[in-house]
Amino acid sequence: MTFLVELLIAVFLIMSGIFGFVGSFGMIKLKDPMSRLHAPTKATTLGVGGVLLASIAHSVLLEGKLSMHELLITLFLFLTAPITALFIAKWHIHRHEKPEGLPDAGEDELWATHAVEQVEDVPDHSAN
Amino acid sequence: MMKLLRRIFPHPHLTFLLTFVWVLLANNGSLNSLVFGLILGIIIPFITQPYWPDRPKLRNWRMVAEYILVVLWDIVVANVTVARIILFKRDADRQPNWICVPLELRTPEAITVLAGTITMTPGTVSCDLSAQGHNLLVHCLDAPDPEAVRDQIKQRYERRLKEIFE
Repeated sequence: MTFLVELLIAVFLIMSGIFGFVGSFGMIKLKDPMSRLHAPTKATTLGVGGVLLASIAHSVLLEGKLSMHELLITLFLFLTAPITALFIAKWHIHRHEKPEGLPDAGEDELWATHAVEQVEDVPDHSAN
Repeated sequence: MMKLLRRIFPHPHLTFLLTFVWVLLANNGSLNSLVFGLILGIIIPFITQPYWPDRPKLRNWRMVAEYILVVLWDIVVANVTVARIILFKRDADRQPNWICVPLELRTPEAITVLAGTITMTPGTVSCDLSAQGHNLLVHCLDAPDPEAVRDQIKQRYERRLKEIFE
């Protein structure tokens, strides 16, 4: 029985290791900055998730006490990962994309990042 | 009576969430932490009340549960899909693409949840909102067929969120 439990925990850990590795590998392999953003936001979710599942399984099945700390880590991860991704994406649009390069924004005509550039005069730091 | 209850619990969902998070943080499941979590859950919404001018109403709790399950499943699928693209697809064969998703949602909270969901799920990252908030700009890691991705987002997530929030 203990062996089966340990096997289960090991499977979770290996799974998380593989996904963590793939996420980091994607950063090197993918060539354009926007695609690079995909690798860490997703592949690592299951990478961290695997460790957390292993941790829950370990405390419940081996130590015999309920530990739900890990759910909070998942919750905070789900809250922060999209926001980080959005910040990086906005930075990219701000610096490297022209309105012509993006799809049509429909009735609003501009995407928010570009609209701001028109309203306020954003200082140009790219020279230095 | 209802009025008094509303004064004490201006934001019942937040009260519940704070208590729940506190109990998880304490991680021992004792009555102690439950009571203290409840105290925090009552005081914090009460003090921060002015910052929640219009709270979204959740209409359909069954749908909330369904949405969470669908998203969790999609996250697992997303991880495998993205891992396969990264490992086995030649970079030249990949077709990264921008797509524009016209939004039917108008509640800011619903749009936030949708954008977050898109970022966490298969090969898509939400990047920007149009100037008046009517469209969502999404970047796809590998989308030979942008229309299909857009329809899937609208079908799978937006339809459910619309039932939950609006």
